[in-house]
Amino acid sequence: MSSAQVTKSPALPEKRVITTRPRFSDRVFRAIVTSGGLSSLLILGLILAFLLYNGFDTFRTQGIHFLTSSNWQAVVSDAGKVDVVNSHFGIAAMLIGTLILSVIAVVVGVPISVGAAIFLTFYAPQSIKKIMVTAIDLMAAFPSVLFGLWGFFVLEGSAEYWAKLLNKYLGWIPLFKLDGPYVNRSPFIAGLVLAIMIIPIVTSISREIFSQTPLDRIQAAYALGGTRFAMLRAVAFPYARSGIVGGVMLGLGRAMGETVAVYTVLNIVYQVNWHILFSAGGNVASMILLKFGEASPYEIKALMAAGLVLFVLTLIVNSLANLIVSRTGKSGR
Amino acid sequence: MSIEPDKNEGENMETTSRPGSLSDIAAQHAEKKPGSQALGVGLEARGIHAWFGQKHALADVSLDFWSGTVTALIGPSGCGKSTFLRTLNRMHEFIPGAAMAGEVLLNGEDIYSPGVDVTKIRLKVGMVFQKPNPFPSMTIAENVLAGLKLAQLKVENKDDLLEECLERAGLWSEVKDRLNTHGGALSGGQQQRLCIARALAVRPQVLLMDEPCSALDPGSTLRIEETISHLSSSVTIIIVTHNMQQAARVSDYTAFFLSDGGPGQMIEVGSTNEIFSRPKDQRTENYVTGRFG
Repeated sequence: MSSAQVTKSPALPEKRVITTRPRFSDRVFRAIVTSGGLSSLLILGLILAFLLYNGFDTFRTQGIHFLTSSNWQAVVSDAGKVDVVNSHFGIAAMLIGTLILSVIAVVVGVPISVGAAIFLTFYAPQSIKKIMVTAIDLMAAFPSVLFGLWGFFVLEGSAEYWAKLLNKYLGWIPLFKLDGPYVNRSPFIAGLVLAIMIIPIVTSISREIFSQTPLDRIQAAYALGGTRFAMLRAVAFPYARSGIVGGVMLGLGRAMGETVAVYTVLNIVYQVNWHILFSAGGNVASMILLKFGEASPYEIKALMAAGLVLFVLTLIVNSLANLIVSRTGKSGR
Repeated sequence: MSIEPDKNEGENMETTSRPGSLSDIAAQHAEKKPGSQALGVGLEARGIHAWFGQKHALADVSLDFWSGTVTALIGPSGCGKSTFLRTLNRMHEFIPGAAMAGEVLLNGEDIYSPGVDVTKIRLKVGMVFQKPNPFPSMTIAENVLAGLKLAQLKVENKDDLLEECLERAGLWSEVKDRLNTHGGALSGGQQQRLCIARALAVRPQVLLMDEPCSALDPGSTLRIEETISHLSSSVTIIIVTHNMQQAARVSDYTAFFLSDGGPGQMIEVGSTNEIFSRPKDQRTENYVTGRFG
């Protein structure tokens, strides 16, 4: 018995370095997945470098006016030379357009998406759920030009009534003000098309997060005499909130970068337009598409600079999303 | 192993003749109206069957629960005791494909009859789960009062109710200084007592407990058992447990469930004293003496 006595060491032992020697196959696999992970970062870095390299010139000559003015003039002299002094590039109108369109998309699209996700997770019978999930996934894979065409040919006509209604009752708000008659091809319509386009991604992310709501908490809410709505408010929403914010930000990213649909629906006009019912506007991406075909090499540099601004804007939105998710994430979990 | 149930025998003098065997009493008063308050039967299960899809999980269980008593449901895993418990407050129907037959009478009214508001049933028949499940987004105080919010009940003085429920659940002294902190920081046993306080706040008539201590250490288990003893004078308690000492310590009546491969059945019910000392059925004896299960 005495041999099993606990002896106290006089000093703390030195901490050992814990290492393991991975097998060869493990190292190979690790190399493969690491290169996969790094390559996406590399590609992103290369695109950023490309945009910086090409756009830098424009930032240098235009300065802050590139962001604050709405003047886009590429003056070419008769000899075919670029007139640097008289050429002006500014994307303020398009930046504001981007902002307005994506905000409309989020305001209209997110409630629909979250509602659909709640329906699919907590209300829909199994058979309907399967069909709807397939349909929504299909919607995500739908080419954006088709959304644009549909918006142009169908939605513009049918949304005219809503646009006029908005103007009639909310026209005192500058946002819905309209000087002169209503003409189609307004940011309002383009925003609606974008709203429809972000529904799939926001819905599937929200649905995923709602379906992970811990069952024991759901049962606790029901066992306390909660209705389904009360359960959603007390349990499902607090749990899913941060995930939904993440989904909304992804949707916002998509709405900001959307090109073809906006290009198809909207009358792209270089003019700062805060009135969403007025037929003028555009966003940065659609402007790049519009100008790219006939741009001189000098103007293309300006387009690259615009692309860089869009890139940074998307980066900011995503970082904000991460910040919000990490801030609100803990409480409901 | 010495088991001394019925520790509080003769304590409830106001209910005069404390029934010795639930089945005897039920037979004696079979001709009387079910749910008669004079009898003190708050909750009656009549011929309960339960299915999960095609699987017949529980067959023909009839059991009365007397007001102000603790009934333990014991038996090996898969014998249908938890399923039976969940039919008593209609939590059974949340499992897809779940079905049931029979009647559950709460104060003489069938809780499964059409037109019954199930949320009202669950207010009267509360539940505590196996795993402590406080709402992590809420503070301790909000957790206790969560039922009021969920069921949209109005209460005169929330602070009094909060203190009362935490006191009854045996948690007040431990959390009174941090009512507005989140419940997630509590220990497992404290969380479970918080869940008991939460269940009490809507003033249930019956409290169902589904293995409330199986995830807890012995110290916390002891606290929960003390809580159960304190509560039993005001609330009818039905507890599913795998721990036979626990059944013996806390319950007045014990029902033994068993499945012989087919649907689970109730083999025997009686006062806890009887079940553990002189069971009528050989299978019960085998189980309570630890020969199987």
